[in-house]
Amino acid sequence: MTEQSYNFAYLDEQTKRMIRRAILKGLAIPGYQVPFASREMPTPYGWGTGGVQVSAATLTPDDTFKVIDQGADDTTNAVSIRRFFERTAGVAVTTKTSEATVIQTRHRIPEEPLTEGQILVYQVPIPEPLRFLEPRETETRKMHALEEYGLMHVKLYEDIARHGHIATSYAYPVKVEERYVMDPSPIPKFDNPKLEMAAIQLFGAGREQRIYAIPPYTGIVSLDFEDHPFEPTKADHPCGLCGAADSYLDEVITDDAGGRMFVCSDTDYCESRRAQGHRGKDAA
Amino acid sequence: MYVAVKGGERAIDAAHQWLAEERRGDTDVPEMSVAQIREQMRLAVNRVMAEGSLYDPDLAALAIKQARGDLIEAIFLIRAYRTTLPRFGASRPVDTDAMAVERRVSATFKDLPGGQILGPTFDYTHRLLDFKLAAEGEAPVAGRADTGVGHVPHVTGFLNREGLIEEQPSSDDTPPDLTREPLELPANRALRLQALTRADEGFTLGLAYSTQRGYARNHAFVGELRIGAVEVEMDIPELGFAISIGEVTLTECETVNQFKGSKTEPPQFTRGYGLVFGQTERKAISMALVDRALRWEELGEDNVGAPAQDAEFVLYHSDNIQATGFLEHIKLPHYVDFQSELELVRKLRRSAGAQDLQEAAE
Repeated sequence: MTEQSYNFAYLDEQTKRMIRRAILKGLAIPGYQVPFASREMPTPYGWGTGGVQVSAATLTPDDTFKVIDQGADDTTNAVSIRRFFERTAGVAVTTKTSEATVIQTRHRIPEEPLTEGQILVYQVPIPEPLRFLEPRETETRKMHALEEYGLMHVKLYEDIARHGHIATSYAYPVKVEERYVMDPSPIPKFDNPKLEMAAIQLFGAGREQRIYAIPPYTGIVSLDFEDHPFEPTKADHPCGLCGAADSYLDEVITDDAGGRMFVCSDTDYCESRRAQGHRGKDAA
Repeated sequence: MYVAVKGGERAIDAAHQWLAEERRGDTDVPEMSVAQIREQMRLAVNRVMAEGSLYDPDLAALAIKQARGDLIEAIFLIRAYRTTLPRFGASRPVDTDAMAVERRVSATFKDLPGGQILGPTFDYTHRLLDFKLAAEGEAPVAGRADTGVGHVPHVTGFLNREGLIEEQPSSDDTPPDLTREPLELPANRALRLQALTRADEGFTLGLAYSTQRGYARNHAFVGELRIGAVEVEMDIPELGFAISIGEVTLTECETVNQFKGSKTEPPQFTRGYGLVFGQTERKAISMALVDRALRWEELGEDNVGAPAQDAEFVLYHSDNIQATGFLEHIKLPHYVDFQSELELVRKLRRSAGAQDLQEAAE
């Protein structure tokens, strides 16, 4: 059901070339936010227009595409984006992490380690890690140029002074290859250690007109202090369906009497485990 | 028993079908045609063309119909369509001096060459509901008179002859284009004007109003407001000369602003400028006031910290498609982030509780 009236993957070739240039620049300067002339897409800003543009510029007819939102392939926006590329690019789609060559994600990194040759595309709402400390883009660009990240450390220190812990649980800032402080997009900090991986990671922020990237095997350090080391956290339970103890969990309210269960947010991971015979305590 | 949610695709399809049905409304009521919207909802069409940055009344009317009258949604449809259009080239700058004016008023001179032409305006209507319209009466035919209006010169031109208003030097530089290049600051005036002409009408109005109430007041007079059709000409390289490729209706507002002079500029009147597709007076006047407020730096005025003086604030927040998208996206799933916040708040409460117990024990 490919739309014939649009170019392959919707964007025209000139636009894709412009985006590819930004991607290549991003890969050459890991963690640096490259301005790009983001286009209006047929989905709203905030729905992943940056990720969609990066995917459009990255996909080839031979690719196999997977889209997840909150770790799941069947959330409405993941469905919508997957359909968009089925319509406009006619690429093969999958829900299997290992079978995908390009994975577009919102808010999660798949549990199954990615491999060389795969590309993970993140949807980014606010690419600037310093934005909530300094609202002006003109200022934050200067701060990055001068590697002036003291403000961020002060913020983390103040968290500890006030709460005893660093009070950032998602979109936890990282330092890329000892240079740029980068927002990993709103993934839970549980996912931060996975940012060092074999696959290419591309980040697209459509409304904010920025692309940035992490090449394979790039060193990524979550900001912390010696006496308050970074701690990836998750709900302290195994998955109710597959029993996994190592996956990030969603809390699901099951009744109005305080009943709840915890299930893998990564649906492919959970389904694969169940197919292998793993069972959690709530599995039917 | 919890079953992992499936069926997102079916839910989306069903929602779209329901939406289509709701859009049509009661089928006992005749359906509106695109032509009816284009002709009878013309000011809505104008707003969609202006903020959609595409001059096409038929498509704008279609977008309004499809969007069920939600103008920001209609603007979004037009913007998304616009980006897919190939670019053949750029027109010559339009000549608003040669505009076929249907409305032209000046608030600074009682009479002037070209005259005051009220045109089709709400200005002096009494805002009383006209129940005759509900009875679907035929509209009266307006009288016609030959105004004898020929060339209508710009008001600011008269002031300029005396050197009372700042010079606006013309330039042949290609203006920047924020639909093709990422917005980078500082933005020059041409870029700011481009952002303002497609900016949300409500946001622009609010900012302009704030300047009138003292947040960077700039004493604006409407030197001239003119509405009418202008020709769009394009140089055709194969021909070696420019040909007219059509006409567009524009609203142009030039404000004349009091200015006592600064360290760099003598006392003189200064300018604010608004130019918007269609009959869009409110927007054009708002644009001129905001344009003037944003010019504080080049005129050597003080930055009083008003929102309308802050180019970064204005330009980053004036686009309603960006704004509504980001605002509305918070209704998308955020389970994962919320879960991590739940864990964090539980942890903070545990440590706070432990501290209280310890203090009680001491």
